[in-house]
Amino acid sequence: MSTPSPQETTESQAPAALGREDTPGLGRDDVAHLARLARLALTDEELDHFAGQLSAVLDAVAEVGKADVDDVPPMTHAVPLTNVTREDVVTPCLPRDVVLAQAPAAEDDRFRVPQILGEEE
Amino acid sequence: MSTPMDTDLTTLDAAELGRRLAAGGTSSVELTQAYLDRIAAQDDVLGAYLHVDADAALARAAEVDAARAEGAELGPLAGLPVALKDVFVTEGVPTTSGSKILEGWRPPYDATVAARLKAAGTVLLGKTNMDEFAMGSSTENSAYRPTRNPWDPDRIPGGSSGGSSAAVAGGLAPWALGTDTGGSIRQPAAMTGLVGHKPTYGAVSRYGLIAFSSSLDQAGPMARTVLDAAVLHEAIGGHDTCDSTSIDAPVPVLVKAAQEGARGELAGLRVGVVRELGGDGHTEGYDAGVLDRVRETVELLAGMGAEVREVSCPAFDLALPAYYLIAPSEASSNLARFDGMRFGLRVGDDGSHSLEEVMSLTREQGFGPEVKRRIVLGTYALSAGYYDAYYGQAQKVRTLITRDFTAAFDDVDVLVSPTSPTVAWPIGARVDDPLAMYAADLCTLPASLAGLPAISVPCGLSEGLPVGFQVMAPALTDDRCYRVGAAVEAALDAARGSRFLDQLTSRTEAAL
Repeated sequence: MSTPSPQETTESQAPAALGREDTPGLGRDDVAHLARLARLALTDEELDHFAGQLSAVLDAVAEVGKADVDDVPPMTHAVPLTNVTREDVVTPCLPRDVVLAQAPAAEDDRFRVPQILGEEE
Repeated sequence: MSTPMDTDLTTLDAAELGRRLAAGGTSSVELTQAYLDRIAAQDDVLGAYLHVDADAALARAAEVDAARAEGAELGPLAGLPVALKDVFVTEGVPTTSGSKILEGWRPPYDATVAARLKAAGTVLLGKTNMDEFAMGSSTENSAYRPTRNPWDPDRIPGGSSGGSSAAVAGGLAPWALGTDTGGSIRQPAAMTGLVGHKPTYGAVSRYGLIAFSSSLDQAGPMARTVLDAAVLHEAIGGHDTCDSTSIDAPVPVLVKAAQEGARGELAGLRVGVVRELGGDGHTEGYDAGVLDRVRETVELLAGMGAEVREVSCPAFDLALPAYYLIAPSEASSNLARFDGMRFGLRVGDDGSHSLEEVMSLTREQGFGPEVKRRIVLGTYALSAGYYDAYYGQAQKVRTLITRDFTAAFDDVDVLVSPTSPTVAWPIGARVDDPLAMYAADLCTLPASLAGLPAISVPCGLSEGLPVGFQVMAPALTDDRCYRVGAAVEAALDAARGSRFLDQLTSRTEAAL
């Protein structure tokens, strides 16, 4: 069991063959790359297992390519969407203590998160 | 507290329970206790609930009884117990969406539908089991435990609202709310012999519904009868300013539609049977028994005066691949919020891991296999360079499916099909075969993608297990689903001489 280190999480290390048309399906490296993009630390076992399963799923969903969609507009939503704004009035929000009570870690009335910037920054 | 078998409260439908409460024939405390007793006796086997708080339920029931005793004006739902799928956030009540990443979380607010049911005086029995983040068709993807089908405990109860379906069919709740993204209300209703309705997209608020695929998710009722489903739907429906996709239109009149439908007046109704959903040339993967029951039900509708014709919707053949690109894409984005920072699980926060490492470790430990598969698939489908071929193409197919519906509804008032290609399958049979699991949604996906209302009503048995009949209608004409569903239900009940679920009750009693 190992987990990818975040040091590997750079776009430049994207496998060049990701989803390339002459190599259908997803390889183990592709899955590892996608998992890193999605902040998922998959185990070696999962990478092996998912690569096979997701290749089969990808083959199946690629069927959408068979549809003749020239001049067909994409549909994002079932109902026509418009921007919805509410009246610009002050309304109560959740009390800070109630929200922080459910946080994994809180300190000084704030969410406490792991260090984001390096020491030198 | 015990009740004689001839008045076992847990076998009655909600409308009858409501009448008894109003007439003083029973109290909310007595009713709630009867369901809690049944949960205590049965749920170790069924696994329908993830959380039950008996004390809170009884205290709430006592409040409603006291209000009634004081002569307060109460609505028709007051004192009736209800179960909620664990995807709805409930203030102070544990909510997990079936995932370990939210274990122990007590939300600080109520979903709009939960608040509306509370305001109507209902008593929350508990939160029901589900596939993790509503991703699945069997409830086996729950991170906690599988749910079993009351008709056969070795089989799945459908999913993802399988806890709700097992609870209502098994007499562990009079009715329940589920959510339906690609069939998650209708398919479990079909698997357990219930009525389940997916409302028109936007007709029921999504505020406080933990998002899976936002352009598809809808909350709706699961009940023992069409009338009960209509009552529950009217109670939760209507515009909500907290949901930007909520349709600003009056709550449709559904109870009246169900009552009229039960009288069997269908003269002039134009019914389209969808060829691509189990018709000629499209029967692969369908149980023969399912197709037989559906065909008999169509003949029944014709006998009640409906004009039946076959309708072709060719783009429906691509509903499954389109859905399994759109839903995972939206899920990969929606589930980014589970990063271990503001609520839920956090793993590896020991000073030696970076922020990104903590997020990755939290999500690795907190998510189950199906959720991870869909996040990876969705991330791929949305990637630069592949977006057009996958997500973009799927959105265009979604347009084609919607056009097929529009064309069909020029000629017919409703479309019908099986709800599920098969009856409930054995637990474990498809659990590590994503494509076999996805195939269970074949008949329910088109209405989901087009945002249309669709109901499933039980239409008989195959191999001793329930078969569901699906009725789909144009947007905002949910009343048609209830009208036709009630007509089918009434005609079948009359022919049988009993309600559909009485077959399960008598079978269970015979086994004791």
